[in-house]
Amino acid sequence: MKVFRVLSAVFLFLFFGLKCQQNPYREGARLYQVHCANCHMDDGAGLSALIPPLAGSGFLKTHRERLPCILKYGLKDTIQVNGKQYAEQMPGVPTLSAVHITNILNYIQTSWGNQEQPFRLDDVEALLEACKR
Amino acid sequence: MKYILFFGIALTAFWACDPGAPRPLPILGERDVVNGDTVYPTIPDFSFVDQDSQAVTNATFQDKIYVVDFFFIHCPTICPKVKANGLRIYKKYENDPRVGLLSHSIDVKNDTVAALKRHAEKLGIHPERWRLVTGDHDAIYSIADDYFSVATENPGAPGGFDHSGRLILVDKYRHVRAFCDGTNAKDVDRFMQDMDRLLEEQFARR
Repeated sequence: MKVFRVLSAVFLFLFFGLKCQQNPYREGARLYQVHCANCHMDDGAGLSALIPPLAGSGFLKTHRERLPCILKYGLKDTIQVNGKQYAEQMPGVPTLSAVHITNILNYIQTSWGNQEQPFRLDDVEALLEACKR
Repeated sequence: MKYILFFGIALTAFWACDPGAPRPLPILGERDVVNGDTVYPTIPDFSFVDQDSQAVTNATFQDKIYVVDFFFIHCPTICPKVKANGLRIYKKYENDPRVGLLSHSIDVKNDTVAALKRHAEKLGIHPERWRLVTGDHDAIYSIADDYFSVATENPGAPGGFDHSGRLILVDKYRHVRAFCDGTNAKDVDRFMQDMDRLLEEQFARR
């Protein structure tokens, strides 16, 4: 009986593991289209001096810990991205869950040439705890 | 005699399928017939104020074709994409005095001249080429109809306004000649080809 359970776990792991490898962060891509692409654009380029780029953005490295809270609650302060100032407010999406946020972030972290370390769900949950409202 | 007939047929055939002569863009909207003359809908007189506090009227676009849209600065939905595509158009025709761009803010309360100025600077656009205008609330909402665009206040819509992301092409006789979905880069490519065709039609070759 126990063998059965272990085997199921292994198969399930393989199934999801392989599926994810084929298409990493497909859900993240979908959520990005819905919540982010209007402003940050499909290619993560942003818009002039109004909306900062996500593609090749140093901010993702330097402010990694803040990213989950920014997605959920938005951003009001002026930020520096790749040496340029951006002062527009970013609206957050408070309805996003930790799972949504993890998926979106990991899509951003690995798209358009970005090669940042992916987030784990419990990292995101812990970081969100800090800015909980 | 036979040869003349043959020549005539050949010439007609040549004219009929000359691929070098594209059909002109249509004049959009319902036309009227007044005293036997066809009257096309035209953009009425308008007067707005741009990012430099300059008056913008029909005279601003005299002898120009121009591209129109409706937007608001704190728009959380489609505006940035429309602006990004507007910037592509702006960059293509940046040095062409025959082309202008005109963006109307539909948020007359928040998008003051100063706010429009800041927005224009951040977009990096030259006011001579791209006017961001504000003005009388009703005048802006009513001229949206003349451009076949949609602009309504709707507290239920994201940001409080409902509007289409259309870009509209107006010729130098105030006729609307083409439009596209400003959020769709491919549609905007086609729109820029329409602009080239209109320039070809309305201006002598330089």
